[in-house]
Formats: sequence, structure tokens, C-alpha cells
Amino acid sequence: MQLVLEKRAERSNTIALVSPLIAIGLTIVTMVILFAILGKNPLLALHAYFIAPLTDGYSLQEIAVKATPLVMIAIGLSLCYLANAWNIGAEGQFLIGAVAGSWIAVKTQGTDAGAWVLPAMFVLAAAGGALYALIPAICKVKFGASEILTSLMLVYVADLFLDYLVRGPWRDPHGFNFPTTAEFDPVATVPLLIEGGRLHLGSIIALVVVAAAAILLGRTIKGFEIRVVGAAPRAARFGGFNADQLIILTFAVSGALAGLAGIIEVAGPVGHLQPGISPGYGFTAIIVAFLGRLNPLGILIAGLFLALTFIGGEQAQIAMKIPLDVTKVFQGILLFYVLACDSLILYRFKLVFPNRQVARGTG
Amino acid sequence: MLDPTPNGLHSGESPLLRTIGLTKRYGDFLANDSIDIDIWPKEIHALLGENGAGKSTLVKAIYGLIQPSAGEIRWQGQPIVLSGPSQARSRGIGMVFQHFSLFDNLTVAENVALGLDGRESFKDMSARLEQVSKTYGLPLDPRREVWQLSVGERQRIEIVRALMQDPKFLILDEPTAVLTPQEADQLFIVLERLKSEGRAILYISHKLDEVKRLCDTATILRGGKKIQTCNPRLETAASLARMMVGSEIRQVKAAAGRRTTVPRLVVNDLSLAPGEAHGVRLEHISFELKGGEILGIAGVAGNGQDELFAALSGERLAKDPGTVVIEGIAAGHLSITQRRKLGAAFVPEERLGHGTAPRMKLSENALLTGHAASGMVNHGFIDTAATLKTVDRATETFDVRKAKRDPEAASLSGGNLQKFIVGREILRNPAVLVVSQPTWGVDAGAAAVIRQALLDLATAGAAVLVTSQDLDELAEIADRIAVMFHGRLSAPLAASDATREKLGLLMGGSSLEPKEAAHAVGA
Repeated sequence: MQLVLEKRAERSNTIALVSPLIAIGLTIVTMVILFAILGKNPLLALHAYFIAPLTDGYSLQEIAVKATPLVMIAIGLSLCYLANAWNIGAEGQFLIGAVAGSWIAVKTQGTDAGAWVLPAMFVLAAAGGALYALIPAICKVKFGASEILTSLMLVYVADLFLDYLVRGPWRDPHGFNFPTTAEFDPVATVPLLIEGGRLHLGSIIALVVVAAAAILLGRTIKGFEIRVVGAAPRAARFGGFNADQLIILTFAVSGALAGLAGIIEVAGPVGHLQPGISPGYGFTAIIVAFLGRLNPLGILIAGLFLALTFIGGEQAQIAMKIPLDVTKVFQGILLFYVLACDSLILYRFKLVFPNRQVARGTG
Repeated sequence: MLDPTPNGLHSGESPLLRTIGLTKRYGDFLANDSIDIDIWPKEIHALLGENGAGKSTLVKAIYGLIQPSAGEIRWQGQPIVLSGPSQARSRGIGMVFQHFSLFDNLTVAENVALGLDGRESFKDMSARLEQVSKTYGLPLDPRREVWQLSVGERQRIEIVRALMQDPKFLILDEPTAVLTPQEADQLFIVLERLKSEGRAILYISHKLDEVKRLCDTATILRGGKKIQTCNPRLETAASLARMMVGSEIRQVKAAAGRRTTVPRLVVNDLSLAPGEAHGVRLEHISFELKGGEILGIAGVAGNGQDELFAALSGERLAKDPGTVVIEGIAAGHLSITQRRKLGAAFVPEERLGHGTAPRMKLSENALLTGHAASGMVNHGFIDTAATLKTVDRATETFDVRKAKRDPEAASLSGGNLQKFIVGREILRNPAVLVVSQPTWGVDAGAAAVIRQALLDLATAGAAVLVTSQDLDELAEIADRIAVMFHGRLSAPLAASDATREKLGLLMGGSSLEPKEAAHAVGA
């Protein structure tokens, strides 16, 4: 008896929906084993990770707050990935967006600038993220440089640039030498949706982005172009679509969304610019994009799920002394299983028996 | 080497190779349904059938590439199980594939060495290579790199590679598909010689004239089943075709009184450097194609046909706009979308991956070329109803068989997908249609539908350019035929004047000057 992968005639839509669930199931099984090895009670750990955060209002709001940047970045990444352009540097675009938007906040600090400040910060952040993403895109189109490497390496450039700013020119003079800007003025802060709560306007913006992406991909010729360039490059060229232009476009859009997410995070939950504003949103968003099947609605759900693991990880650390790094292990294992399960969309497992048994009619 | 076996009577001996009830199942699909076939030494055995009849599956099982689901293979009377091609080769079964597996950047000798199981030194192997190629009249220079060779020479490498293992039984998969008529004649001499040495040959083809001329026995497959084994010399081409197809084939007919009108596609001195390494440079191509006319372009594959298609479609742009003129407008610098807007339509050779996105639905593949000029897009938004309507109309007009209304392109059979692609373009009522290999790998029924559609389109006033390696197809539909060789296009011949011999000479690179033509025949 032999287990073989057999190609399906047509991609299975059922499996396309079920595959992320199988992946989550396998991840949880793996985590149970891991918790047991760490000497923790697996059931209590799973409860801390996945159930406890859903039981109080503060944690629920916090999940939405964490999901906001994940979803926004992942939507942009999904456009890139659908078009076969591999933007791995959303983390860097997120940081540059945060820096570009913060520039206005820092420069208008203490002045009586009006309500234009926040929209201007958004615009500048999006532009900054887009321009930063264009560096690897243009290197790819003009010189054939691997966008995977260049976009990834630019993450560290952005990280150090931000570090330099908050330790040098933008450091809060009254901040006891901490590497941070001063707290942003109210006009430079993302308004809260519930007074005294955590939920802010950024979550609404993320929902708008999800809806826009769904319309773009499902209904417009541009969305079709993105899908066909990724799925069948030669057919796309025959259709009259230019893959190079599309690399530029999807990188720019994805950079803009990451940059916007960056300033929303800084001008929202964080309130000032400092190192460590992102617990790796730009990288986790890659998992969100694939777990969400590169589909806008799927990304929304996947973003909420991954946000849950962040909150759950914090709670598990507090309650059970499980290291926070276990969350990253969890996310990595999840991506591994998602990609593995995806092969079931185009292939199926089949048991093959030796010839003699088939001849008797078992096949 | 081999025992010479008495020719003719098989009684009393066992065949060299015999399959008994050989069956191969893919899921619910029976690619081979209980096939019995006997191969005798000193015999050229034809395996006939349409695409999808199960010929490839059968020979893959015999060559050890796939494992049969049921049934038995006997070699010299003994049941054998072949777990891979190397086992088949070690028993004396050789195969020459239709698609060559050669490395362009390696020399002939290096390619042969890679294909052998390799126990002799490279020097001994090279010497043996030269000796085998000389013995069988298959001239090859072991030191040349493959990319410099013609398709016919590349095939010789594959044949010599197989012969160097001294096979008792050689399988050839459509060997003449890529050869000029003259090259095919030379191949037949080699095959006759192999037969006279006592070897058996299984010859896969769908060219009935060839089979009648060359083969002693023919086994016909249809829909995975063996229909009959017969002596092809006692059959007519029509009766063989009937067995292959299962019914009479519809003859295509040109409407009487087709009139040519104004030039709709003009190519003026088009030269274009190759886009990729080892590509073909187009050199000084000129022709004029009028409405109501079908121009055929013949030629061995790889002589610039793909490059010409790319230059005409706008997948590659020319510097000088005047080199390609569509409907009186200089279009050499225009994109494929702009050319479509001028009324041009294109059907590339490769159905999956070029003509369609395999994993996308037919409606999306209708949009792929229809977005340019068929009212499927409003202000950037897709009119899904319009794309589905194109699918339905193509389905109805061209009898596209599919499992549901809007399946993925890859799920259709070759013939049905080709009917959809041709239909998709013809339904746009193009002024100019450029089509490459319209019936390549398509079953006879679908091929007749497609050829008829091309004739009808020309009758309706369009200019149609057909590139094909199938000379019979061009003879059937083209008004004039030109030949491509090394990136150049010959002057077109009137179809009535374009005999196989003349076309064959042009395909081999000779000109039609009387003296030189005689010389080429002698060579």
C-alpha cells in the first residue's frame, strides 16, 4: 500500500475553504505536544491562548486593535502575492510610514495647528510607505534584483533609521533620555471610537480597505489583471497586461497600506514614535495573507485570529509563565501548515494498492 | 547480435513483447482498457489513434514510465514488471519521444552520455557514437552544441542514443511530426534497415499514408480500447480513419466564389532580433494578406514561427511602426490590446498557459482577450453577464463539450478548449485573424469544426493567417502557402502549385531554382 498525491482535474473550492481550518487544527495539536514538553498543562495553556481573551471586553477591543494593522498590511501583501510579486518588507514600509507621518506630528508639536494634521499625517505615511516599497519594485523591474531579498533587507534600514531619529533629532527633550518623541498632540492622534476604550478609528479604516479590496479583486478589470498576471504570466501578456507595471503598482499599494497602518499604530494605541512600535506586524501579516487565502474576507478573519494569538500569548505569559516567543513559534508552525495544506487544493491523497489487489476490483 | 527471425509467419513462436489485458486507470477514467497487443521481431507495428485514445499511456506502460493498474506485460514469453525506464532499457526496449529531452548548451556527445547508463569512458562512448551514426546513415557531429542543430538533427541524437543500447524493440512517438517530407523519407530508410536487422519497431502516428507505406501491422486504439489489429496495406486511408474516429469525418468545404478584397494585414520588411537566447532572428519578412484570403505558413517548428506570431500580435514590438500594418494603420509599435482594437485577433499555438490561464474559468478567459474591444468592461468594472454570454455563444456555435457552464480552462479536453479559444476570437468578428497551429493535438472532429470556421471567417471577408506544420491542413484551407526557414519567409505559392515536394524543399532551406532543387534532392 502506498500513499500518493494525485492531481485534481479542477481546484477544489471546498478544500480551499477547509484547508486553513485543517492547518489551525494541526497547529493546535503540535502546540499541545510543545506545551507538554515545556511541562505546562496543555489544556490550561490552550484556554489561556484562545478562550480567555474572548471572555472580557477589554481583551476583545485589544484583539480588534491588534488586528487592524495586520489586516491592512495583509490586504496589501495579498495584492502583491496574487500578482506573483513577493513583498517581504512590509515591516519596513510600516516603520517608514510611521516615521513619515510622525514628521508632521513632531513639527506641529505645541503649535495650534488645526484638524488638517491627522489627514496630512495619513497621506504622508501612505506616500512614505509606497515610495519605500518602490525601491525593491524598481530594482526588480529595471535590474532583475530579487524583490524578496531587497524588500527584506530594507526592513533593517528602516528600523535603524527610526532608531536614529528617536535617539537623535526627534528625541523628547523632557523624556529623561528615553529614545522616544514627545506624546503627540490631540490633533495628531487617531480618535477613539468608545470613550475610555481602546477601539479607534483605524479599525473602521481597515474595514473600508477590506471592502475596497474585495470589490477591486472581484469586480474590476484591474483586479482580474492582478490575478491573471500571477496565475498565468504568459497568458497575461497575451491578454495585453504588463507584469512590470503591475509589480510597481502592487508594491506601491501594499507599501502605502503598510505605511498607513504604521502611522495609525503610532498615532493611535502607542501615541508617540519609539523603537519597538511593531511586534513584527509586517511579518505576521504574511501569515495572515496566506491563512486568509489571499482573499479580503479571509484576511479579515485570519487577522482577528492572529491578533488573538498575540493577546493570548501575553495572557499565557502572565498566567502560566509561558515565554512570549512561543507565540512566534505558534505563528511559524501555522504558516508551515497553511502552505502544506494548500497542496490539497490542487492535489488529493490517494491510497494505491499493489497491482494484484486492483485486479480483483478494489481500485 | 540478434537472432534473425524468419519473416512473415508467427505461428509456433512467441512474440517479442505481448500485453495481456493491460489496463491503466486514472481515478474513474480508463486510459487503457484491457489492451492486448503482440509485437513480433522484424516488424514495424503502427499504433494508431486520435489524441486521447490511449497510445501514450500504452507505450509509457511498456517503457516502464507508469505502472499498469491491471494486466500483464510479457517479454519473450516471460511476465515482467518494469519499475522504471532503465529496467526497460536493460531488457532491450528503447524509446524516442516526441518531445526531445536534450540540453541546449551541451554537445551532442554530452547529451548522449547523460542518457546512457554510463559504464564506459566518455572517449569510448564518443567513438561508439560516431560509429553508430555512420552505420545507420544518421550523420552527427558529436562536438556540436545542441542549440545549433535543426529539429531533424536533434531527433537523430535521440535515435542514435536509443540505438547505442542495441535495443531489440524500439518505440517511436510521432517521429515525423517535426520533419520535412524529405527528412521523413530518410528516416523511413533507417527504420527499414533496423527492421531488416531483426528488431521490432512500434511506430506511433496519425498520418495514415505513412503508416500504409511503412508498417506491416497496425493496431488501432479508440477511447482507451483496442479496436482492431490489421494489415494497413490492405486497408484504405479512409477505412483506417473510420476505425480511429469511429464515424465518418466531416469534410470541410470552401464556399464557392470567395472574393478577395483590400489588404487587411501587411508586413513590410520586418526584421527582429530574437528575444531570448537561441531564439530565431526574423529577417526581412514581407507579405500582404487581403480580406477573404487565407495565407498558410508552413515550416519545421523552430524556424521563427513563434517569433513571427509575437511580432504580429504585439507581444513583441517592432521599432518601425510601418513594419506591421493592420487595416491600413501602422501598428508595429502598438500593444496587443491596441491591435485588437484595430480589429485583429490572435490564437497562439499553446492552449494552456498562453491562449488561456489554465486555472481560471472560461468566462475569465473570455475576458482575457475580450476586455480590449468587446464591451465586457464598463468604467473599469467587469460585466460578468457579458463574459458568460461569450462562453455560451462559443459553446453553442462551436459545440464545446464541458461538464458545467463555466469550468476551468484546464478541465476541458484539448479539442474542446481549442474550439473555445478559436470561437472566442471569431465571435469578435475580427478583420484579421492570426492563428498558430489551429488543430495541433486536436481530435479529427474538432479539427474539422475549426478548419470550417476559419474558411467561413474568410468567406465573411476577414484576412486569415494560419501557421501550421501540418501540410495537409494547409492544403485543405489555404489559398496561398509560404514557408518559413531560419527566420525568412519564402514567396507564397498558390495552393494549387504548392506540392509536397516543393514545400518540402523550401522547408529544408533550398530554393526552388530548378538546378538547386535537383541538387537538394540528390543530397
